[in-house]
Amino acid sequence: MTSRPAPFFIAALLILWCAMAAFATSNGAWLTNVSQRERERVNPYRDQPDAVAAGRRIFLDHCAHCHGQDAEGTKKRPSLKSSRVQHEATDGDLHWLLVNGNRSQGMPSWVKLGDPQIWQVICYVKSLH
Amino acid sequence: MGGAVLASWVRAALARIGFAALLLTGMVLPSCLQCHAQEYPYFVTYSQEMEEPGNLDIEWFNAVGNPPGGNRFMGSDVEFEYGLKGWWTTEFYLDGQATQNDSTIFTGFRWENRFRPLSREHWVNPVLYAEFEDTSADKTLREVAGHDGRYDFLVPNRLAHMDKERELELKLILGSNLRGWNISENFIGEKNFAGNPWEFGYAFGASRPLQLAASAHECVFCAEKFQAGVEMYGGLGDANGFGLHLTSQYLGPTVNWTAPNGMTVAFSPQFGLNGYSLPVLYRFSVSYEFQQFFSHFHRSGQ
Repeated sequence: MTSRPAPFFIAALLILWCAMAAFATSNGAWLTNVSQRERERVNPYRDQPDAVAAGRRIFLDHCAHCHGQDAEGTKKRPSLKSSRVQHEATDGDLHWLLVNGNRSQGMPSWVKLGDPQIWQVICYVKSLH
Repeated sequence: MGGAVLASWVRAALARIGFAALLLTGMVLPSCLQCHAQEYPYFVTYSQEMEEPGNLDIEWFNAVGNPPGGNRFMGSDVEFEYGLKGWWTTEFYLDGQATQNDSTIFTGFRWENRFRPLSREHWVNPVLYAEFEDTSADKTLREVAGHDGRYDFLVPNRLAHMDKERELELKLILGSNLRGWNISENFIGEKNFAGNPWEFGYAFGASRPLQLAASAHECVFCAEKFQAGVEMYGGLGDANGFGLHLTSQYLGPTVNWTAPNGMTVAFSPQFGLNGYSLPVLYRFSVSYEFQQFFSHFHRSGQ
């Protein structure tokens, strides 16, 4: 009689944990999901002016419709000139976000661009500070 | 004379089947400031990529074949692919075909949905696919399953059109990205509501951009605008006889090019690997991706 509620209690806790995890992910806390190894990845195109120019082209092609032509953000999408993107997030963090996306927030994965173009667009975004 | 017949046949096919695509493209293109696509050059194989939420991709797809002992044909469809959510993409197709010395007909519609259950990228990324189709005399060969073969193309349109195919099609799509390559595998199960047994098929594709890094300046025919790869697909029999016996199999290179205005053109000659297949099938497509499609209407309404 006393053992029956246990599975339901565990299931309820599990659902609550999943809901909290989903909320933590969806409220923009994606930075906490990035592993230390990913966070420390070095951008091979860093400090290359051509990479910034190429990254700008990629940004205008794929990102500007949501984040704005000047990356200031739109009604529903965040600015890429924020402190979080410009200072808190490393190049490795942004690479992780572009590869994995944040689907619950409408941010798709851009893995199809390939690593070189992802690093190039990060060069451009980081040049906006 | 043969050339004249062929010319009128192609003209009729382009006019009737492509009209809807051209009309729709013409209607929305003026409001589309930037339409860009970065697509894999597959015709049959699905990758793990989903349409970005809010984006609408319109594609005009064609397959041209010439079955031995039959009439040359062109199967076409107009495809509307929309990203509902990051994990959910829906597509609607209108199909048609034109057969030389026969007729040009509307062959039906298909509605498909793709769901991506895992939110992050993994070595292998699964996507679940479900489609309902209501077609007859279809010649687009968007998938090959069961014992589909070249003899299906010998049936005159008026007879083939009477054979309605209402089917549920399920696919398991697996896709990986590795060092610039995309490798995708599809496993197909198809069930006709008329009571036929489950039919099976597969498709594999691998592709890569000719250049991974973008150049600093806009270019038209530079390597980064091209993707090339290979595609292989075929039937695997049905629940009464699983295997390669009496199935058609195809293999071919495939390439696409994305223009600076966002239009993507793709082409692939695909070769039958056994006597049950068509000897060769030429596929080509033209597509536009309209980013944040409905926002254009909001803006114009302001």
